Amino acid sequence: MTDAVNDTTPGERSRALLTFAVAAGRFLLMLAITLFGLLAVTFFIGRIVPVDPVLAVVGDRAPAHVYARVREEMGLDLPLWHQFAIYIGNVFRADFGNSILTSRPVVEDVVRYFPATLELATLGTLLGTIFGVPLGVAAAVKRGKFADHFVRVIGLVGYSAPIFWLGLLGLLVFYSKLGWVAGPGRLDVTYEYMLTPVTGMVLVDAALAGDWAVFRNAISHIALPSALLGYYSLAYISRMTRSFMLNELSQEYVTTARVKGLSETRIIWGHALRNAAVPLITVIALSYAHLLEGSVLTETVFAWPGLGRYITNSLQNADMNAVLGGTLVIGIVFVAVNTFSDLLYRLFDPRTR
Amino acid sequence: MAELAAPSGKSSLREWLTTSEPRSRAQARLGNAYRSWVAFSRNPLAMFGLFIVLVLIIVAIFADQLATHSPTVGGDLRTERLQPPSAAHWLGTDNQARDIYSRLVHGSRLTLMVVMLVTVIAMPVGLLIGTVSGYMGGWIDAVLMRITDIFLAFPRLILALAFVAALGPGIVNAIIAIAITSWPPYARIARAETLTIRNSDFVVAVRLQGASPFRIITRHIMPLCVPSVIIRVTLDMAGIILTAAGLGFLGLGAQPPTPEWGAMIASGRQFIIDYWWVATMPGIAIFVVSLGFNLLGDGLRDVLDPKAEK
Repeated sequence: MTDAVNDTTPGERSRALLTFAVAAGRFLLMLAITLFGLLAVTFFIGRIVPVDPVLAVVGDRAPAHVYARVREEMGLDLPLWHQFAIYIGNVFRADFGNSILTSRPVVEDVVRYFPATLELATLGTLLGTIFGVPLGVAAAVKRGKFADHFVRVIGLVGYSAPIFWLGLLGLLVFYSKLGWVAGPGRLDVTYEYMLTPVTGMVLVDAALAGDWAVFRNAISHIALPSALLGYYSLAYISRMTRSFMLNELSQEYVTTARVKGLSETRIIWGHALRNAAVPLITVIALSYAHLLEGSVLTETVFAWPGLGRYITNSLQNADMNAVLGGTLVIGIVFVAVNTFSDLLYRLFDPRTR
Repeated sequence: MAELAAPSGKSSLREWLTTSEPRSRAQARLGNAYRSWVAFSRNPLAMFGLFIVLVLIIVAIFADQLATHSPTVGGDLRTERLQPPSAAHWLGTDNQARDIYSRLVHGSRLTLMVVMLVTVIAMPVGLLIGTVSGYMGGWIDAVLMRITDIFLAFPRLILALAFVAALGPGIVNAIIAIAITSWPPYARIARAETLTIRNSDFVVAVRLQGASPFRIITRHIMPLCVPSVIIRVTLDMAGIILTAAGLGFLGLGAQPPTPEWGAMIASGRQFIIDYWWVATMPGIAIFVVSLGFNLLGDGLRDVLDPKAEK
């Protein structure tokens, strides 16, 4: 390791360091601008709400001076840029205001509901990756054959069927008719309060407590929604894997490996897939971010107490603080996952350095 | 235009279209379109997609003639509620004793309207921002692309949800919200196309003739960006339909008694165990139509942009 460093002159090293610093600076600047944009969008949405927030507090029979005073207290008489500055300050102190519906600070609610969403999306992505990558590889290797058409059909159905509809059909068939899985919710009512939340993720908490009855029950509840999300992620991941693998398999190094007499298995899994793995990481991260978002509809169908359901519930009750807080949190997580995948890409692909 | 009148009979028309020496611009264009069509029609899946979309359009136009019952007024609530599919009600009735088939037929208009309006709003916006950004470069490019990135970074459904929350539920606001979240990819594509042609000779020639940037962008660059943006829009249409249905399902899109497919699924949700058809039928409609747009988009991409998918 030191050899490599000693080979370079101090000038080259400092230049490399400078390039790195500039790249890192640009990266951080982009991130900051994107987050600033997120804040601007949520702020803007909060301002165009047709409901007058002052009237919502004082009621429509309040005398004019009370109205004016409350308006002043809420900071609504300040210029827009000033309000926006206050808003940014509040967000940085993790203060999204109180939820009207739960009468708790929105941040507390988010912390309470987010683990359920995270649990669902993580399991979904895991399932999607475990099944999606091999399917995509098979489709690329057996191009134009049955496996390829099969993967194509799976993908088309995944891209075309509304997820909430498939969820309802799934409940109808696997819960109501066949009785293979448990119904909506995270746990049966009997198990509901047996678990002390540690991480907020039922599966993890049950495993930590060693309570396997609860664990089995949780599995039976999460099986259907996570399989559904997993299916959507599979549709995307297998399609992308196929196209990356086709690209790799047409490269010359594959021919070289064949000429060298390597087994097809080693060429496919050891060489081609390893090279396709770098862009695949980005795809998987992207699909993860989309599942976090896409769980809004799934959570509604399965009465899953996650962030998506929190947002839709608040929406139906015109609870804007909760809606915007939840939206902002999902937006930030979305940006964070994308940024993370971008970093991984730079780390693993030497060409991007 | 003597050469335009030349073809007579089917085979000579084909020859006229496929000739390697077209005598007029119109002939060359028609010939190109014909060759694309031949390539497209060799793809059975793409043809199937086109068929579905055409059926959707026909059903939407002739909804009044095709529907057997009123889409909004139900029958007798005592006897005709939640009936299974039968000769009288082909796809059964819902909890308001309304004929599901007729509701689906009328719902096709809403679906088509959503797709068309979102396209009409989002495509020009994306095209304009992308071409201006690519052609002007510099700080204009930087600012416009950052704005695009911010909208791309935001999860689409959540952003649409938040917008609808602010604007109030309803089909028009749902369309606006979806359009606001749809344009960024088009801007990206248009910009990429613009960057490849902004320094080509014909643009330089037009510039030397004294054409204004506005004229160059709208007359010379935009038309060349349209095909790739159209492909992307077609591929997006299924997503637009699904997002609209999702908003409808959450009660944020079209309001009752409008026969919107997503809202129909939502209203059938509470009866799903005993009366499965109420929620299943609209789901099938959404699925088939999205499938049609997906197949059509894939086919168009294969014909117009062979590089994209190997």
